[in-house]
Amino acid sequence: MARISLVLLLALTVCALGLVTSQHKARKLFAELEREQEHAKQLDVEWGQLQLEQGTWAMHARVEKIARDRLRMSVPDAKRTQVVLPGTVAGENPGGGR
Amino acid sequence: MNYAASPVLALHLPLWRSRLLLALIAGGFLLLAGRAVYLQGLNNDFLQHKGESRYSRVLEISANRGRITDRHGEALAISTPVKSVWAIPEEVQYSSQQRARLAALLEMPPQEMDKRLNDATSFVYLKRQIPPEVAERVNELRIAGLFQNREYRRYYPGGEVMAHVLGFTGADDAGQEGIELAFQTTLAGKPGSRRVIKDRLGQIVEDMESIRDAQNGRDLALALDAKLQNLAFSQLKLAVESNKARAGAIVVLDARTGEVLALANLPTYNPNNRSRMSGAQLRNRVITDTFEPGSTLKPFAVAIALELGKITPETVIATAAGSLSIGNATIHDAHRFGDMTATQVIQRSSNVGAAKIALGLPAEAMWGMFDRAGFGSAPRLGFPGEATGKLRAYKRWRPIEQATMAYGHGISVSLLQLARAYTIFARDGELMPLSLLRVDAPLAGRQVISPDTARKLRAMLELAVGPGGTAPKARVMGYRVAGKTGTAHKEENGHYAEHKYVSSFVGFAPASDPRLVIAVMLDEPSAGRYYGGAIAAPVFSAVMGGALRMLGVPPDAPLKPLELPPGGSEIKEGV
Repeated sequence: MARISLVLLLALTVCALGLVTSQHKARKLFAELEREQEHAKQLDVEWGQLQLEQGTWAMHARVEKIARDRLRMSVPDAKRTQVVLPGTVAGENPGGGR
Repeated sequence: MNYAASPVLALHLPLWRSRLLLALIAGGFLLLAGRAVYLQGLNNDFLQHKGESRYSRVLEISANRGRITDRHGEALAISTPVKSVWAIPEEVQYSSQQRARLAALLEMPPQEMDKRLNDATSFVYLKRQIPPEVAERVNELRIAGLFQNREYRRYYPGGEVMAHVLGFTGADDAGQEGIELAFQTTLAGKPGSRRVIKDRLGQIVEDMESIRDAQNGRDLALALDAKLQNLAFSQLKLAVESNKARAGAIVVLDARTGEVLALANLPTYNPNNRSRMSGAQLRNRVITDTFEPGSTLKPFAVAIALELGKITPETVIATAAGSLSIGNATIHDAHRFGDMTATQVIQRSSNVGAAKIALGLPAEAMWGMFDRAGFGSAPRLGFPGEATGKLRAYKRWRPIEQATMAYGHGISVSLLQLARAYTIFARDGELMPLSLLRVDAPLAGRQVISPDTARKLRAMLELAVGPGGTAPKARVMGYRVAGKTGTAHKEENGHYAEHKYVSSFVGFAPASDPRLVIAVMLDEPSAGRYYGGAIAAPVFSAVMGGALRMLGVPPDAPLKPLELPPGGSEIKEGV
């Protein structure tokens, strides 16, 4: 009888210690999860800011100005435009002009 | 000495003393047990609350406002967190060096900062909405009594180009104008809160309960095409400036889906910096303003006459003298055309011809046509302040009114209504419901006139931009274009102003299978020219040409340079 009690006491102690460790581990993991979620939120904010930055750099007016002034590009006039309709020449870009 | 021989045992105490002691001790224990039961079982809220406050915290979960993008996903409006710096003036303590640094960081003169701090005692915003990096540096100054909180600020990369469609939000990130207001419930996020357990390091170690779920606002994909919008805006700007117009507006619709691909107004404003803004800049003329459209309404009168079989495109109408008297009013044409067919009435935009056609119609039928074309009722976009226009009940029309309405006077419409009404001709008689949001499965239109009549009108409208029409400048190289000019006197205080005009052009292309409907309006052009065919049509042509190229629409006409009729020989429409 006394021996059984001793064994049970031992088992109980082990279980109790196990509970404490697993609780500790769970809390550590949860803290990590929180950190990662916070990080994800920050990245989302940064993504928004980068999108804004991209939007500002890629503003159509700015792109057009650079294309015209710095790269000296222009819209081809009628004499230099040839339209190739899909189906007329195999392998050509549909609707594309050159 | 053994125990049994102890003299103490020989003492005989009275029995009541031990009983009393027992009772007292038992009573004491009972009291303790009772108190324990009371505190732990019956009245446990207070202590539990005290205990929890040692480790649990309620956290606010912020929610983002949804992004607005164009139809291809390009960002048009994004909220990003910023900081606001506030202070409790009574507690603010800083050295003169800190004061100078702070003022420099907040970009305000030190005197103004002092004034703000002196005017209030318990709470004052020093500066709202500063970038997070600057806020961080303010934090590093470690000034007592200075605090920061997180806010959201909305940025619009498109600036003035998109201003009228998007609208803007106020300081609390709630929509105040445009799409931001119209779709406030969709875009707005709902902040939530939750209760958590924190350890002594301040780390969250356990979730206890979620009090309210945070809901981020939903993203919104507009029908708008950023590239096309930019093209429309820049062309409109050129036209408004070169014609010294008071205002201008343009709208581009997809004839297949009813989507609003571009919508621009001038004057405009920069939604990112609204410190100097006037009412005129804010007005969305396309949607909320109405005007008397003038000749752009003629096709509707002709359409219903064709529909009822009153005329055919070849019916000859005598406009002999170029004027027509009804009662004591007279309608004039800009030219004396003599006899002409119904087709030519549209092509040359004859007021007298249109009036004569209208007078042969029952008032009810004409009213019905206008009504079914959507005039006099809001386009139901869900946009704040949509104008309904003015279409009076036919029972009180006088003949002169019926005649003038045929060429767009005595009736007022918004530019958007006008553009939508032209989808009838662009789509074989179907009026399309419009949408500001991207449409994946087009809605069904409503059949207003027969496909046959619509095709006849399309042919007439194509002639109007051809040689001998009122708007050869609306033509686009490589595409067949159809459209109609409008030039109307402005109404002021119940009279038509002598030298103030509204010039407009509405049209669609390619005429063989219409893809886009574009309406342009210029308000009070004052650089000499004012005919719709001279100033609004070129805007239409430039935008339509660019847009069709961008969309990759195959040309339906030979690609050869357009020849404009020699200067001055253009047909002018009656005003």
